[in-house]
Amino acid sequence: MSWTAYLPMLWQGATVTMTITLAAIVCGAMLAFVFGILRVEGGPILSAVALCYTEVFRGTSLFVQLFWFYYALPLVGLSFDPITTGILVLAAHVGGYGAEIVRGALASVSVQQLEAARALNFNRAQTLFRISLPQAIVEMMPAFGNLAIETLKLSSLVSLISIADLTFAAQSIRNITLDSASIYSITLVCYFAMSLVLMAAVRVIEHFVRRGDVFPRSAHS
Amino acid sequence: MTNNIDPPPIIEFSDVTKRFGILTVLDHFNFCVAKGEKVTLIGPSGSGKSTVLRILMTLEPFQEGKLTLAGTSYHEQGGKGRFQASEKHLRQIRNHVGMVFQSFNLFPHMTVLRNVVEAPVRVLGMARAEAEGRALDLLQMVGLADKKDHYPVQLSGGQQQRVAIARALAMRPRVLLFDEPTSALDPQLVGEVLSVIRALAHEHDLTMLMVTHEMRFAREVSDRVCFFDKGRICEQGAPEEIFGAPRMERTREFLSSVLG
Repeated sequence: MSWTAYLPMLWQGATVTMTITLAAIVCGAMLAFVFGILRVEGGPILSAVALCYTEVFRGTSLFVQLFWFYYALPLVGLSFDPITTGILVLAAHVGGYGAEIVRGALASVSVQQLEAARALNFNRAQTLFRISLPQAIVEMMPAFGNLAIETLKLSSLVSLISIADLTFAAQSIRNITLDSASIYSITLVCYFAMSLVLMAAVRVIEHFVRRGDVFPRSAHS
Repeated sequence: MTNNIDPPPIIEFSDVTKRFGILTVLDHFNFCVAKGEKVTLIGPSGSGKSTVLRILMTLEPFQEGKLTLAGTSYHEQGGKGRFQASEKHLRQIRNHVGMVFQSFNLFPHMTVLRNVVEAPVRVLGMARAEAEGRALDLLQMVGLADKKDHYPVQLSGGQQQRVAIARALAMRPRVLLFDEPTSALDPQLVGEVLSVIRALAHEHDLTMLMVTHEMRFAREVSDRVCFFDKGRICEQGAPEEIFGAPRMERTREFLSSVLG
């Protein structure tokens, strides 16, 4: 029997990969903004909490994080289904990197911009949301684009906690057909196609936050 | 021009000392400005002129002495932190002060109109339609109403600085500070900015404090010129006195070095 018969299974796995990746990107972006902003604006205690979060999730392997959340958390009575665990852990992991991107971009907003905001008597929240973030977000976009693609690729690790994603499907099919070359070739193409779509989406968002060509890359530097 | 007319000064520095680390920038500095007065600060760079403006704008704290704006002290009784005052208190002071920066500092992600409208709407709570009407009047005044939908990067430096002046005026400050407003401009663009400031100098109620290296301009628009040296006002007086017959040797040296 030809491996093409397994295409529906592969497609099934691809949809799981897309779901987990997109959910992790959205949740991860939220974590990135919350903790990145806390790093800059949170005061001594909250910024220390945010620092711990980013360092723990950046400093340990995703592989171990997945197992820990999947096997260790239930011991203290917290258990989620594999998909939710996969999404949360992946989101927390890339959120740690994203928080660093947000912090760096906020720190790159020039002091003069902040002084102008102060001279116009904006309060801290207004300065953050109306002056700093809109400028910083443009700086974040290329790094966020990379991170989105990284998320897609890291999502293959969720197959290790028995989630039937694209990688899991590919392995299952290979175990039956023993046709590694065809299966993994088509799997590579699938990942690449998905990352192309992600890159295109990032471009669209980048174009949106940049307001066309009017607001250039380093207008505030 | 240090006079003894009755109304109290709008700005009063009494023995203000400002240090950056071990460097003392202002040492027991005393300085008063009357309401509506147009005062120019001149002097060699690093002499503390800009620091005076930055302290007034609450961009820099000072360590000792007393500074008041329209009778309100910058330091609060029992105030904490670098500024020895709460943010709320500082924001009350900032309500009356505006500043025009050397490098314009327009918000690059906003159109010209939004640059002028944003603070009145967000900070003063003005209705957007009203704020836009006033912003257009101000842009008209600086000659840039037709650029209202442009982004700062599409404007020349001189145009950006004129927008920055309109933006500061939109907050209706009682005191407007100019920190070397033409120093970052190409020489051929200096004139358009100076003529806007010159027009403002006719506003009777507006108190203006300017740091500039444009001596002819200082001479034209100022009620009083203060020559700064090493964190002190070395000599001050009417422009005719300072430029025509400076008494101090340091003033003469400085003027001959900048006037060539």
